[in-house]
Amino acid sequence: MRTGEIVTAGLLGLFSLYLMWKSAELPVGYIAGQGPGGGFWPFWLSAVMLLACGMIALNWWRGTSPPSQSDEPLLDAYGWRTLALVGGGIVVFVGLINVVSMYGAIAVFLLYYMRFLGRHSWALTLPMALIVPLAFFFFFEGAMRITMPSGMSFTDPVFDVLYDIIY
Amino acid sequence: MEILALLGDGMLLALQPLNLSLILIGVTVGLFIGAMPGLGSVNGVAILLPITFLVPPGSAIIFLAAIYYGAMYGGAISSVTLGIPGASTAVATTFDGRPLAMQGKASLALVTAALASFIGGTVANVFFTLFAPALASVALSFGPPEIFALMLLAFATFVGLGGDDIPKTIVSICLGLVLASVGFDTISGEPRLILFEMQGFLQGIGFLVLAIGVYGIGEMLWTIEQSRGEVTTTTPRMTARGMVDDTKEAVRRGWKGTWIGSVLGFFVGVLPAAGATPGSLMSYGVAKMVSRTPEKFGKGNPDGVAAPEAANNSASTGSMLPMLTLGIPGSPTTAILLGGMVIWGLVPGPRLFVDETEFVWGLIGSFYISNLAAVIINLAFIPLFVWMLRMPFTILAPMIFVLSIAGGYAATRDMHDVWLMVIFGLGAFFLRRFDYPLAPAVLAIVLGPIAEPTLRQSLLLSSGDPSIFFTRPIAGPITVIALILIFLPAIQLLRRRRAARRRAA
Amino acid sequence: MPITKRSLLGAACAGLLALTPMAATAEGWEPRRPIDFVIMAGPGGGADQIARFIQSVAEKHDMTGRPLVPNNKGGGSGAEALLHVGQASDPDHTILVTLNSFFTTPLRQENLGIDIQEFTPVAMMGVDPFVLWVHADSGITTFEEYVEQVKSMGGEYVMGGTGQGQEDSIVIAFMSDAYGLDITYIPYDGGGAVAKDLAGKQIMATVNNPAEAKGFYEAGDFVPLLAFSDERMPAYPDVPTMKEKGHDFSYYNQRAVVGAPGMSEEAAAYYQDLFTRIYETEEWQGYLESESLSPLWMDADEQRAYWQQQVENHRRLLAALAG
Repeated sequence: MRTGEIVTAGLLGLFSLYLMWKSAELPVGYIAGQGPGGGFWPFWLSAVMLLACGMIALNWWRGTSPPSQSDEPLLDAYGWRTLALVGGGIVVFVGLINVVSMYGAIAVFLLYYMRFLGRHSWALTLPMALIVPLAFFFFFEGAMRITMPSGMSFTDPVFDVLYDIIY
Repeated sequence: MEILALLGDGMLLALQPLNLSLILIGVTVGLFIGAMPGLGSVNGVAILLPITFLVPPGSAIIFLAAIYYGAMYGGAISSVTLGIPGASTAVATTFDGRPLAMQGKASLALVTAALASFIGGTVANVFFTLFAPALASVALSFGPPEIFALMLLAFATFVGLGGDDIPKTIVSICLGLVLASVGFDTISGEPRLILFEMQGFLQGIGFLVLAIGVYGIGEMLWTIEQSRGEVTTTTPRMTARGMVDDTKEAVRRGWKGTWIGSVLGFFVGVLPAAGATPGSLMSYGVAKMVSRTPEKFGKGNPDGVAAPEAANNSASTGSMLPMLTLGIPGSPTTAILLGGMVIWGLVPGPRLFVDETEFVWGLIGSFYISNLAAVIINLAFIPLFVWMLRMPFTILAPMIFVLSIAGGYAATRDMHDVWLMVIFGLGAFFLRRFDYPLAPAVLAIVLGPIAEPTLRQSLLLSSGDPSIFFTRPIAGPITVIALILIFLPAIQLLRRRRAARRRAA
Repeated sequence: MPITKRSLLGAACAGLLALTPMAATAEGWEPRRPIDFVIMAGPGGGADQIARFIQSVAEKHDMTGRPLVPNNKGGGSGAEALLHVGQASDPDHTILVTLNSFFTTPLRQENLGIDIQEFTPVAMMGVDPFVLWVHADSGITTFEEYVEQVKSMGGEYVMGGTGQGQEDSIVIAFMSDAYGLDITYIPYDGGGAVAKDLAGKQIMATVNNPAEAKGFYEAGDFVPLLAFSDERMPAYPDVPTMKEKGHDFSYYNQRAVVGAPGMSEEAAAYYQDLFTRIYETEEWQGYLESESLSPLWMDADEQRAYWQQQVENHRRLLAALAG
């Protein structure tokens, strides 16, 4: 925890430096007769953020904030495992959207989460993984008229049939 | 008296069988659309606009207004049950609604939200009926300096919402404000802060991307990790008796927030640039400020649900006013309604109240009826929403993730935003671990895009002279009050510390 | 709810349709997917209203086998929309409603790497003229009085608009240059906000499309002083034009529909036919008249030539604005 606290503050500090540098592409000063330039707002707010990160570091050094006193680990083995399985699952889910379409990715994700993380029976998992994406399709495309990514072209035949159903 | 007669005619018009059934359908559809994270009234109204050609214009706009009302009620549902604010107007509802749900009192939170929304909507309708033209001129007198002063006041009211760690709260606020300025600078017309030169940032970072990332992904991961997979929200079975008890408790513990929200929300909502979000935030802040037990806020206080919910409904009705009387949309939804009126051959603007009396009062009458229908339908569906919470967490959690990703995509239809959402979610998980409060960042990303341009427009008006915020008759007092409120806690803190030190010495 | 009914009906016929998916395409190319109807502006603005009007006309007459799905991509002064359509993965189902930022944004942001000549011309639905407005309470009734007033205030005269490099700022820049005016220009993020602040007398004058100022004009709040059209506008016959004042200048906002680069010829022909039919509907003709748009119909080749000419024009105007 104690190391994590200073690393987080450091990363946020670096990020605010990057934001300051990026804002400086536009004028950051006070232009006489016109008020602040285009980069003024983000630049100075990032500067305040950097300052606040400095204060967090100071509190860390003095050991006044709770995380800087605690010596428990950032996450225990269970925590890291959960993060990797669930967080990683979400990342793979989003990655799959452009390959097997939004609906395909939803099916895969539900299958993975319910069967392997939730340990539900196949009898519950399979119908859910089939019905939820279909329900989403009819809701978003049919009722709300929002087209979702349809993935690579091999999904076309499926979508052609589905679109024929709703229109 | 004449107004009452006109209003009576309007209500009768809204009660015609065709219109009444449109209201019932519209409210139900709106309720479910509003309850989906990522979708809001704007989606419902936009999609149903073309379909309204099937019915006469009067009925069509009544239908659309009903969807609008339904969606406003629906926003609270995802805030309470899923913990994800589906729209920026419902952020403040999560502060106390989510803790209530975690304590197994989801139905109390939902009942409070429904009743507060109803009263907020009704109060706004009464103001609307009585003072519409007068309020329109108030709205016009708010130029950029006044709006900026108001934003300052909104910030001031939620200065106390952060955690105990002041530097971390400041980081959160600044991060939100800076992320809000990504995209395009209105004033200079230049692209700005296109991070890592990725073109996806040209459209800026939307509120929903951050909110769904933080609440739908980050907060969910946090819950799963903390609970060690054993999440059990003890939700008692819904009974008719339970609903009655909840209603009594909601009235007893939420009436104060409801009145604050109803009145404040309406006046902020009437201002075209401000809208329902600042209205609901300010109401939450004020309710906390005037409360005798401010420490209970954020831990599941019905007042904390009632104030923002009353305010966002009241403000949403309020934002119809500039649309109808001035032809200026106060929100994206009213913008689309405005488009609809143009399509039907009506000219919104100062002449509408004179030239199209029947239409205007029919619409206002339908506001009253829609609002009543919305509260009844909403209360009827509460057991269903509470039942959802009883699902095993290993089914509920993946469903929330799927809703977040699909809803996040639906909002802008850009995969860039979905990736950003995942990054925010993972980042929020770690920041949460180190006690960084995240609500201030989410609020800042809503207020930033209103505050920054109005600040710079004002300074252009005054040729760079900041005294414009103090010398204008409306902006001046608001700025002064806001500054006092911002610095009051700091001064009190310093004084207390000094006193403590003196005692120690 | 009509949609549900429709979906149910659709579901009932699903088997039938699935068996004969080619039946509808007998007479040529037909869209198979919902059409991504990209709008170069956020919800609520003039361009958005027009796009939604077009969509509802198509819907009302059931003109398309697949719906037009409005998709607002207003970010970066239209840059977002141009990139989205320019890189569309399915160009046959992606069309764009444009305004003049179709010309100006690629000129102002060359690093986007967008060449508008690669886009596919579909239809020019009309052009929207610009008018100079003041508030009735200012007492100004003619353009000459306006010029005098601005000069007497020496730089304190405040006008609002939709941003540097946007259509109205180009007009104001030309006008200031031609008459030696010194104007403080306040950018807003939409035409509606500009009109509201003129009505509230936060700003003193604006240059706006008539559609955005019409309500206030009819209520007697706004006074039109000068039109930037080629000829006097039928809805405002008493308002003189810039040309009458001796300056050969007119400026319109284009309301055109273009297809994504790489659209197949069959698809382009389909959309050209579709929008010709929409253009000819009573509704669209009525809209042109009530919102004071001028018709400027042209075929695909004429549109390309028009684009070329507009790009040259804007290059010159923007250079003048910067200089």
